[in-house]
Amino acid sequence: MIWEVFRQEREGQPFQHGGSLEAPNLEFAEAYAREFYGRRNESVALWIVPRDAVREVGEPYVADVFDRDYRRVDGYSIKVKLKEAREIAAKSAGALSAEGSGPDARAGAE
Amino acid sequence: MSDNSVAEEILELADDELLIGWRDSEWTGIAPFLEEDVAFSSIAQGEIGHARALYELAARELGTDADALAFDREPGEYRSSPLVELQLVPDWARTIARHWLYETADAIRVAALKESSSPEVAGLAAKIEREEAYHRMHADMWAERLRESSERERFEAAVAELWPYSLGILPDSQRDEFRAKVCETLGRSTPAADPIERGGHTDDFLPLWEEMTSVRRSVAGASW
Repeated sequence: MIWEVFRQEREGQPFQHGGSLEAPNLEFAEAYAREFYGRRNESVALWIVPRDAVREVGEPYVADVFDRDYRRVDGYSIKVKLKEAREIAAKSAGALSAEGSGPDARAGAE
Repeated sequence: MSDNSVAEEILELADDELLIGWRDSEWTGIAPFLEEDVAFSSIAQGEIGHARALYELAARELGTDADALAFDREPGEYRSSPLVELQLVPDWARTIARHWLYETADAIRVAALKESSSPEVAGLAAKIEREEAYHRMHADMWAERLRESSERERFEAAVAELWPYSLGILPDSQRDEFRAKVCETLGRSTPAADPIERGGHTDDFLPLWEEMTSVRRSVAGASW
């Protein structure tokens, strides 16, 4: 029986396909998954799925037939805008800390 | 207990772990299937790692080093139990029977070592136990699988054959607990048997010792 193994590298990250292994039942599959994908601290969590349970979605996929490029954001660069926004944020943060002389002074002002 | 008797007890355990690791590693490349090959080799490596840590601990008491204890002693000085000396490759049923009996017994002795008055010994036993838990899970799942397979009789014959050897792993005081655990899994009482005690060696030991120490002996005193 073939099992597909998915591993999560860090907490909060998506699971990614790690590979597959052969094992006669769930208990063996768990042991081997741990052995192959878990014992070097390379995963924080593992999923194992019998390959038979994985269903491939057949074609046709729903693809754009009409030209709706305007719906997509690629091509717009937000780099410049982001840089300006950061500068403004930095400036106002500087102004704020110049007013008081630390957290206590600020608490007093409130 | 004097320091030396603690060192002796640690040496027994270290020799067992080194030899079972060595014997298990004989399956590397020829285990029944690839996944198991990796898993069993990893267990073998784990046992040898435990042996190293135990030899290091004993070496501090005895004023020597781990390599000298592992490889420089004469065959008669090894304290291994006869069970771990047997060459069982290529018989998987007997290998699993030994693996299961060994891990079941080992759990009892390691749990006892955790209560040692020496914090160093107790600490190391706790570390070893964390890894042995996985070895035990592996042994249990295989024992169950073979017991439920068409090879049940072959597996049970192997357990019966190795039973007197496995009693020799533990001191007398821990054998009743071992009997009870084995009995519980097998669902019947264990056969009455005279334990094959450590102290003597099986015929399989000398060839193993020769192979195990051959590189070390090839250039005496060399630094590797």
